[in-house]
Amino acid sequence: MADLTCKIAGVTSPNPFWLASAPPTDKEYNVVRAFEAGWGGVVWKTLGEDPPVVNVSSRYGATHYNGTKIMGFNNIELITDRPLDVNLKEIERVKKNWPDRAMVVSLMVPCNEDAWQKILKRVETTGCDAIELNFGCPHGMSERQMGSAVGQVPEYIRDVTSWCKKHSDLPVFVKLTPNITNILYPARAAVEGGADAVSLINTINSITAVNLDVMAPEPVVNGVGAHGGYCGPAVKPIALCMIAEIARDAACKSVPISGIGGISTWRDAAEFIALGSGSVQVCTAAMHHGFKIVEEMTDGLSNWMDEKGYKTLDDFRGLAAKNFRNWNQLDMNYDIKAKIDPEKCINCGLCHIACEDTSHQAISVAKQDGKNVFTVVDQDCVGCNLCMHVCPVDGCITMNRVDNGKPYMTWNEDPRNPANKKSA
Amino acid sequence: MSKPAELPANNDVDIKTGRLTQKQYEENFGDIHPPLDQNNAVIEASRCYFCFDAPCVAACPTSIDIPLFIRKISTGNAKGAAKTILEANIMGGACSRVCPVEELCEQACVRNTQSEKPVKIGQLQRFATDELFARKDAQFFTRKKPTGKKIAVVGAGPAGLACAHKLAQEGHDITIFEAKPKAGGLNEYGIAAYKVPDNFAQKEVDYILSVGGIKIEFGKSLGKDITLEALRKDYDAVFLGLGLAGVNALGIDGEDIEGVEDAVDYIEALRTAKDKAKLPVGRRVVVIGGGNTAIDIAIQIKRLGAEDVTLAYRRGPEHMSATEWECELAQTNDVRIRHWSMPKKLVSAGGHVTGITFEHSKLDSNGKLTGTGETYTLPADQVFKAIGQTFVPSPLQDNGKDLLQLTKKGRIDVDADGATSLSGVWAGGDCTEGQDLTVAAVAGGKKAAIAIDRALREKK
Ligand SMILES: Cc1cc2nc3c(=O)[nH]c(=O)nc-3n(C[C@H](O)[C@H](O)[C@H](O)COP(=O)(O)OP(=O)(O)OC[C@H]3O[C@@H](n4cnc5c(N)ncnc54)[C@H](O)[C@@H]3O)c2cc1C
Ligand SMILES: Cc1cc2nc3c(=O)[nH]c(=O)nc-3n(C[C@H](O)[C@H](O)[C@H](O)COP(=O)(O)O)c2cc1C
Ligand code: SF4
Repeated sequence: MADLTCKIAGVTSPNPFWLASAPPTDKEYNVVRAFEAGWGGVVWKTLGEDPPVVNVSSRYGATHYNGTKIMGFNNIELITDRPLDVNLKEIERVKKNWPDRAMVVSLMVPCNEDAWQKILKRVETTGCDAIELNFGCPHGMSERQMGSAVGQVPEYIRDVTSWCKKHSDLPVFVKLTPNITNILYPARAAVEGGADAVSLINTINSITAVNLDVMAPEPVVNGVGAHGGYCGPAVKPIALCMIAEIARDAACKSVPISGIGGISTWRDAAEFIALGSGSVQVCTAAMHHGFKIVEEMTDGLSNWMDEKGYKTLDDFRGLAAKNFRNWNQLDMNYDIKAKIDPEKCINCGLCHIACEDTSHQAISVAKQDGKNVFTVVDQDCVGCNLCMHVCPVDGCITMNRVDNGKPYMTWNEDPRNPANKKSA
Repeated sequence: MSKPAELPANNDVDIKTGRLTQKQYEENFGDIHPPLDQNNAVIEASRCYFCFDAPCVAACPTSIDIPLFIRKISTGNAKGAAKTILEANIMGGACSRVCPVEELCEQACVRNTQSEKPVKIGQLQRFATDELFARKDAQFFTRKKPTGKKIAVVGAGPAGLACAHKLAQEGHDITIFEAKPKAGGLNEYGIAAYKVPDNFAQKEVDYILSVGGIKIEFGKSLGKDITLEALRKDYDAVFLGLGLAGVNALGIDGEDIEGVEDAVDYIEALRTAKDKAKLPVGRRVVVIGGGNTAIDIAIQIKRLGAEDVTLAYRRGPEHMSATEWECELAQTNDVRIRHWSMPKKLVSAGGHVTGITFEHSKLDSNGKLTGTGETYTLPADQVFKAIGQTFVPSPLQDNGKDLLQLTKKGRIDVDADGATSLSGVWAGGDCTEGQDLTVAAVAGGKKAAIAIDRALREKK
């Protein structure tokens, strides 16, 4: 059986599955239930200065797709709305009772050294394993010059991180906001400030839907709505890309990454880890299905690792990041063609109409015994994959390599590249 | 030959009314398929792949754009979905309830190949049309400028109504001559009650007529009150949607004894009964036939409280024209189906049927049906004949001479447009050859309407 033990920035947990800082980690009651269910760690719901914030109702919006609930989720909640004291006592007690689990405390206070120094002193008394600086929250807190208002200015990130390093011995995770143009700037700033790890992504600025009766963004609060933070399965591709960028960036100096964003299954987690994540954090999936999903996650990851012969997480961590390249490094000579398996084809015609209307007119139709038979015309197929993606039957359309005997040739080497013509 | 030993004497004949409580009648004749709610409709709709050149559309006699209406349901546009349906099939509401979808659209669904579970097209169609009819703005059909042309339609069944509706939209004025006191044809008088509860057939007729331009003269029978020649003279075109007025006979002695009934007549009595408790129901019932009418009478007599219902069919299960779903429904309603049984002899006492003797049958080496010589007798208080309906040509005869050409099977002969051999006269639905289904009748009426409209515009 694979060893799922996770070590990141000096924090150890029995598995890499942590609950992200959010309602599931808001108080002792939830966190104990999570640990009982098998979660490897938690990032406690973000703490701030007293008096605690006050929330509105309603708070959540969602994107449902084709009858599937919660493809994406958004919230307009703020940080914890409970007094600091109460949270700290509970954190201390839970950590004492669950010493093997990772206990990371998320923090957000105004952007001055004094405020950070003060809260750090108090947090240290809980015996927690690390702190996470919430520079992500894109709504509400940012209007108060915290959260993503800090996370969007690399200098602030660097400064706050270095204050935390200065005033505390706890490992510092810096949670990054995706609401920027290039994730590398805030990530590098965190590294400069001495961060022990970065966590990403926090939620994405969003309006999930418009209520067409009220004529206001969802979730509607008494006739109007605010933008909120988007998360859940829909944001995974964005999170993966940002993580991969950091993982391969020399200036980020292999800073450990706690991956977050749409993780719902063991497979999602494996992908994040393959792109360089240490631990992985989950929020929406737990809010959708409850804590029990971790059983599937640990079991699935472990079985997959056994199958692949990976004994520890380090055995495959970052392997896919190595193969993350810029477009100009791709092989211009690589050639694939679609192939339709007539045995598996159910005659829906989706491949044909997709290619015919929107791609390269490379799938022909012929009537045979009253049924439509679809065939790929090799010389017209550009190998775009569209037909394979629209085909509802797994494995019916495959993309097969054409062995053209040509060598690996990047665009930079390609004679069709006008830049090369000039030099030639 | 075995003798009918254990048969009841006449005084044992057990035919009663009011076998059930009022609540039982209501339950037994309520909706057989509970409708989908909004949430389940969207989930089911999302199973549709929106196929290119979708096979389900080809399998629908009225060619409803099924993927399009389903997609509209999935986006919360049920009204638009209903429009897509009704523009192709004005009786889309009835069809969603009565079509043998397992042999039509759903049979063609590509999901059968993939998961053996087609998209529930019929249920989705019902969802969309129900949603529409529940709205105040349900009527979206309009009529073109009046053309001044008058068209006579004979028969207010699915074929006649579909034809009239299409022609009314084109701006023509329609008069429907209907022998019965109500419109709807077999939707009103023949379809199993639990398929169209809550007076659905009349609600649909009201919707169809509300487009305007269609007048119905009830109690007017072609051949009695009106003649084809007069209609041809008085109107610019005539459409015949007469349905099937006759039934096949068993061809054995004693068919007219008491207790031997025609299934279609009995179902009509059932459909028109104000109080189902007044219908006479035997304790032991035998139904003869292998089609959907046989299944319908068997299930409905069972649901009226008959204790023991047997359906006897002279050939094997693979020869039954009743669909698999219908046969299963009969079986789950505790109807026993006996195959390879030919009716031989009615047993009676005091002028009332008490039983029926069957001879086992088989196919001989030439594939011809023959008796094996072995017989058995079932006790019966009621025997229903459901062995097929026939077209009665007398309304179209003049002194016993056919005014228009019939096919070999004795139905009105029509071309691809529904035109008969007599100029200015079209026909469609059951009185012509085809599938003998509501949806096919609608398709026939619509097709003829398009041809009639074209002919009238060309004539000018
Ligand atoms: C018991 C039974 C159950 C059925 N169940 C189903 C089912 O579940 N699903 C399905 O798709 N199909 C079913 N059918 C078949 C379906 O009902 C018919 O195919 C359909 O109704 C045919 O429509 P039509 O308009 O051609 O004829 P009809 O519905 O028969 O309508 C003919 C109309 O013409 C009138 N008429 C007849 N003669 C004259 C005349 N001389 N003058 C004036 N008016 C006249 C009649 O009164 C009637 O209103 C069933 C049929 C029966 C008998
Ligand atoms: C209701 C809600 C409240 C959240 N509150 C916080 C918070 O207080 N601090 C924080 O750092 N992130 C917060 N987040 C962001 C999550 O920690 C996480 O980064 C994000 O939801 C992406 O992960 P997911 O796709 O698994 O949900 C919140 C998310 C949700 C849905
Ligand atoms: S891979 Fe692209 S171009 Fe080739 S057949 Fe499929 S859709 Fe057409």
